[in-house]
Amino acid sequence: MSGGQSGGRDGEKPVERRIPGPRPAADDRETLPPVLSGAPEPAKPPEPGPPGPPLPHEVLKSLLGAWALAACSAEETAAVEEHLISCAPCADEGLRLRDAVGLLHTDGTLDLDPMLRSRVLENCLGRRPARIPLPSWAAPYDAETARLDALLRDIGDAEWHAPVRLKWFEADRQVNRRTTVAGVIGHLMAVDGLVSAALGLDDPLGKADGGSPPPTPTGRTEAYWAAAHHPPTRAVREPWRDQSHALVRTVSFAGRGVAELSVPYGGFALPLQDSLLERAFECWIHGGDIADAVDYPYEPPAAAHLNRMIDLAARLLPGVLAERRRAGLASPARHLVTAGSPGRSLHLEVEGRGGGDWYIALDSPAALGSPAHAVAQVALDGVEFCRLVAGHVPPVEAAAGQEGDREAISDVLFAAASLSRL
Amino acid sequence: MAKDAPPRWDRRMQQRLARGEAAALGELYDRFAALVHSQAHRMLDDEDAADQVTREVFGYIWENPGAYDPKHGSMRSWVARLTHRRSVRRLRGAHGEDEGPRTDARARELEHRVLKATTAARADYIVASMPAPLRAALELAYVQRRDYRQTAADLGVTADEARRRLRLGLQLLSTANTRPSADSAPPGYGPTP
Repeated sequence: MSGGQSGGRDGEKPVERRIPGPRPAADDRETLPPVLSGAPEPAKPPEPGPPGPPLPHEVLKSLLGAWALAACSAEETAAVEEHLISCAPCADEGLRLRDAVGLLHTDGTLDLDPMLRSRVLENCLGRRPARIPLPSWAAPYDAETARLDALLRDIGDAEWHAPVRLKWFEADRQVNRRTTVAGVIGHLMAVDGLVSAALGLDDPLGKADGGSPPPTPTGRTEAYWAAAHHPPTRAVREPWRDQSHALVRTVSFAGRGVAELSVPYGGFALPLQDSLLERAFECWIHGGDIADAVDYPYEPPAAAHLNRMIDLAARLLPGVLAERRRAGLASPARHLVTAGSPGRSLHLEVEGRGGGDWYIALDSPAALGSPAHAVAQVALDGVEFCRLVAGHVPPVEAAAGQEGDREAISDVLFAAASLSRL
Repeated sequence: MAKDAPPRWDRRMQQRLARGEAAALGELYDRFAALVHSQAHRMLDDEDAADQVTREVFGYIWENPGAYDPKHGSMRSWVARLTHRRSVRRLRGAHGEDEGPRTDARARELEHRVLKATTAARADYIVASMPAPLRAALELAYVQRRDYRQTAADLGVTADEARRRLRLGLQLLSTANTRPSADSAPPGYGPTP
């Protein structure tokens, strides 16, 4: 049956049913002998039980579906089969329904290869270019929301309530929060709402009783979770998906200037193109959290998208370092240079999928990262770097290779982890 | 899906596709890719062939959004018909390339395969499109092997209602066995243009 994974995943195969006579294969029905009323195949006599009063025709007729599925009691089965001997319309229907059972199957639908989407869309756009294309910076968000949606389509009702532990870094310590799969989607929806608001779209959270929720990712998430009278269910999928579709559509129509539109997050702001990239990143990371919770595989994003996500984190790091320095959480600046000049840098060498080389300016966000001024080098895998930025691995465990100024390395790794939040 | 139900969604999608909106193409894929791919896979029993049919079907829709006529049924049924047609073509094409003489027996065997694959794909479509309460009842009885009383308890309905749903679900499904004429759309997908 195409009802997805919910039922058949334990591998239980339907075994031969108690339907009398051979069940005809679906394909050779045209050669089936006609059912002659009064001349059926001999039914096995039922176990002799206390013979009750015979069931009326209407009841027997209503049992035909359950009978065809071998889903009624032995007594009812016997009564139906007795009835089929003498009732031609019921015999006819019984046979038809039993054939229909042969069309059911338990192997579920195949999971669609998530990478098929980009191949199919590329093929389409090669045949007829879009008149209203998707901005390239919106592609990661489009792809990641589609990938998560495909995972959500395949999970059963109960799995929406599977516990998920969200992890992030606060004050340089890993903290966590328990929610459910549906709660995570609510969280994604609530934070995506910041982007919607910046674009003037409707807020899926609506107006809370106490006015608008605080315009921060955490504030909006807490408001959403608190306002839910019941634990969120799979019903959250549709508004979440509607919003992500609306965002993609709106930025496609908005024209080039919109890339720089400021999206406020409360304490800071990002230009829209970075904001959607950040949302794509969150969508992937939380997709992974959900997949872990329901025991599904979940791959990292396409290499080009992963590269953009790493690049965003690398661009944010100098600013975060400066903030942490002001808060006494990072070592003091060593060598300030005039704005726009190359300064002391850390070489971030990201290996594997989506990798590349980045030079993080250490002393000031105004300085330029520069290979000539590198004082330290950190080498790590792209997915591992993203997990660090997501607060899923502690900084002390993150880097595979480290060389040079240890203080600079520690500062950058802790700054990377501090990019994470609920 | 309940909120923006067809045919409004269908007409709107058609307009957006005609306008050349890439975002609409993405939404179209998100809504119908699972249907197209599973139907093609049921027909062809081959992952690569199903991928290829999926590519062809979406390519065709994107290039010819005007070919859809909302008066003749939902976009979903149109997409299913396109998938069926492409899959049959592929099934016939694959056989045509085989070595050996074309005999009547081989032709009959091929038609038999097409018919069998069509019936199986149509049955999937019917199950996927039937009202959710009927599908849930069938799943419990068939996949989970619950009897109708247990099914009733699981669904929170009376035993009478469970029997009714099982019977109705199978009645709908049995229409998949109606023999279609060679190239017309199978009845399960709704009216043929």
